[in-house]
Amino acid sequence: MTIRDFLMLDLPPLLAALMAGATCGLLGSFLVLRRESLVGDALSHAVLPGIVLAFAITGARSGLPMLVGAMAAGLLAVVLISVVQRAARLDPGAAIGAIFTTFFAIGLVLMETTGARSVDLDLDCVLFGQLETLVWAQAEGLHSLVDPVALEGLPRQLGLLAGVGLVVAVVVAALWRPLKLICFDPGYAAALGMPSRALEFGLALLVAAAAVAAFESVGSILVVAMLVCPAAALRLMTDRYGAQVLGGAALGAALGGVGYALAGPVPAALGLDISLNAAGVIGTLGGVMVAVAALVRAGVRRARVVTA
Amino acid sequence: MTIAPPLSVSHLTVAYGERPAVWDVTWNAPTGLTAIVGPNGAGKSTLLKATLGLVPALSGEVRFFGRPLEEVRDRIGYLPQRASVDWDFPATALDVVCMARYPRMRWWGPVPRRHRDAARAALAQVGMEGFAERQIGKLSGGQQQRVFLARALAQDADLVLMDEPFAAVDAATEQAIVTVLRDLVAKGRHVVAVHHDLGTVPDYFSSVLLINARVFASGPVGEAFTNANIGATYGARLALLDQANVRAAEARAS
Repeated sequence: MTIRDFLMLDLPPLLAALMAGATCGLLGSFLVLRRESLVGDALSHAVLPGIVLAFAITGARSGLPMLVGAMAAGLLAVVLISVVQRAARLDPGAAIGAIFTTFFAIGLVLMETTGARSVDLDLDCVLFGQLETLVWAQAEGLHSLVDPVALEGLPRQLGLLAGVGLVVAVVVAALWRPLKLICFDPGYAAALGMPSRALEFGLALLVAAAAVAAFESVGSILVVAMLVCPAAALRLMTDRYGAQVLGGAALGAALGGVGYALAGPVPAALGLDISLNAAGVIGTLGGVMVAVAALVRAGVRRARVVTA
Repeated sequence: MTIAPPLSVSHLTVAYGERPAVWDVTWNAPTGLTAIVGPNGAGKSTLLKATLGLVPALSGEVRFFGRPLEEVRDRIGYLPQRASVDWDFPATALDVVCMARYPRMRWWGPVPRRHRDAARAALAQVGMEGFAERQIGKLSGGQQQRVFLARALAQDADLVLMDEPFAAVDAATEQAIVTVLRDLVAKGRHVVAVHHDLGTVPDYFSSVLLINARVFASGPVGEAFTNANIGATYGARLALLDQANVRAAEARAS
């Protein structure tokens, strides 16, 4: 494998997996701490009708309209979930399950009827993403990394991921304490006069934005894995809030990066003639991550009992 | 000139779905230590939460020290039920107490030293200074309750609303809480607490509100906390149950 091959074929998907993992991993902790992991699942699917409509209206797969459409759909889904939950007095899981499957189904129907499907938005890409199709055709060598003309040829998904990731990081840092409080004790946050409802919707908007930015490259299933697995694994590994939240971003990036590397580049470098589906490897690795954390924790507990 | 009561509620009604939980409550909380007493499901916690705007009221008006909540929020402390949060949350006792001061600091960066000191002082006041760095899940139930009490104290409020401060705590914690409440009142502060143990009302509190959705009696413990009033408050529920039984019997008969 030459440097040119790496830059052209492996660098874009690797960067996409890293950024998607870091962004989702950062937000995942808030969902897991609020015991709302399913909301990540719901949002990553509920954004579909927004994406398809934006696509149908603009006629192109461009980042910003799709982002806006997805966030609108995500916000509508969150509002509807809370309305259904209150009006029908359903438990949160049932309300979430009903709304997000409906939204996802509407998205699929819209995809068929608006003709969006015939171009390049289809079910496979929605579910599994298209990491392997991210290529940098203009890459010629290391000098391309500093060549503005060549850099413009980078897949636009990378720009969207970088932009959303940056916004998410800044917002999480700026709202550090309010977010902590609405995760631990939303009632107390409201009693202190903090805008807890607005913060909850803001968090949902960030998750929707991260889900749509990541979804285009890694697919909706992997978005769920990246939102939940790093945060869930850390939940078993630390009892410090900062380590939980920042560690989630680091572990998410590691999940994306290592998962992608194991799928293609590493076997190739070892001269093995196997190439695995990157989304599949990353998803599997997410599950393995949680299982290992659980086993280590159980082992530590047993050791404590034995020595005590 | 009369001084406005710490908390005054007029014609407050709150319902969950079809069922009214708080029914047309009009009440002025007196100064000092006040208990809200009533049977399970009588709307005691709901009344407290509704005054703070945590659950929506159908109608009614709430004033703290004669003013709307938004104008005096920094004078009102709150101690929620211990069971309302997840104690496995990755936070230390000190982290939790510092939350009381969040409205007075920036939303990011480290907690300023003076607020951290105030939080430590509040922990010391409840006898928990040695547990500041302990993860909250590794504390006993009584210790967790004291952490919540310390957080309410760290708000440095003139009126503290407490939801079941004595629920499921050990005897030592119960005494520690009583001492703290008396200290508060000695400093001219006021406490309104939802309380479930009828036996300790006269020892711990100076005033009482007896409710079962609607107000049955209120006033100084010596006047309002009578057997007749307690019977009426708790009996109303029994009467409702009787009606349901009668209806069920009629349904079977027909």
